[in-house]
Amino acid sequence: MSATVTILGMAVITVFIKAIIFILGDRVVFSPMIRQALSFVPVTVLTAIIVPMVLAPQGQGLELNWHNPQLVAAIAAVIVCAATRQQLLTIMAGLAVFFGWQFWLG
Amino acid sequence: MSQPSSRASLLAGARDTVPMLVGAAPFGMIFGALVGTTQLAPWQGQMMSLSVFAGSSQFIAIGLLAGQAGLGVIWLATLIVNLRHMLYAASLLPHVRHLPPRWRWLLGFLLTDETFAVVDSYYRQHPHAPQGHWYFLGSGLAMYLNWQCWTLVGLVFGAAFPQLQTLGLDFAMVVTFIAIVVPQLTRLPNFAAAVAAGSFAYLLKDWPYKLGLLIAISIGVGLGVLLTRLHNRAKTKRGLA
Repeated sequence: MSATVTILGMAVITVFIKAIIFILGDRVVFSPMIRQALSFVPVTVLTAIIVPMVLAPQGQGLELNWHNPQLVAAIAAVIVCAATRQQLLTIMAGLAVFFGWQFWLG
Repeated sequence: MSQPSSRASLLAGARDTVPMLVGAAPFGMIFGALVGTTQLAPWQGQMMSLSVFAGSSQFIAIGLLAGQAGLGVIWLATLIVNLRHMLYAASLLPHVRHLPPRWRWLLGFLLTDETFAVVDSYYRQHPHAPQGHWYFLGSGLAMYLNWQCWTLVGLVFGAAFPQLQTLGLDFAMVVTFIAIVVPQLTRLPNFAAAVAAGSFAYLLKDWPYKLGLLIAISIGVGLGVLLTRLHNRAKTKRGLA
């Protein structure tokens, strides 16, 4: 039930943000400062979500070692992505290293 | 030159969106499969795709739900992540301003990164297309139907293989985000903003309701803006000297 409320709330917020400019028209103006700030949102949000998942996958302490498959596979994905700029290849390579590393560690 | 019919414009919009449909497919499928790693029922996962229809905020909500985040944090994150659509809407506004409100609500709902890219490029080539809103609708509907199908495929896949969760399926989200973020890190302010946001997200990860996440994002955004301004100022000075 509360999950349904969460989802419907997200829907209302999203539709409002997407449509409000089309509805209000020129009555909304962005300062250059706001535009600049918004341009940094995707990169900061996504990074902030994944870094703790990679550095402390068990939700406990820092796991900076080779026994952490999340860390090893994330490093591999970053390298593949920087070298090739191929999204799908990055995802597949990251997952392959992740599952392969777990299998190899046993 | 004769004007294309509304139907032809609708189909043209859908056709020009095909490469984006292919690109969105794996994300829809990963999203559907990840629903099984949270407390959401499969139908709630489909409901999210049907009603929210915004990939990145759906992924973020899944991550936050899995981490037991509070309702307010999920809504605030949804708000922040979706703000970029206002910039898209502002740049498309001259082409939709004349439409009746129900059209403007509908096109707003269907606005995504992909449809913006397709429709914006169409309007640049056809600045005075009277059927442009049908093109926009065609692109938006194609993305919408595509997203629903691949969400469903992912949900079925996740339900068929429930052990995926114990294998660490949520790692699919990590690599997906890496694939989105890394190409954006070529500019120094972006790089610094990401490093700051990531570091603080780790340091503040144990704050209640994932509030640390929001603080980390704010610090990253603030640093990015600061560096951009310093950079611009240095450039202006060089230009004057």
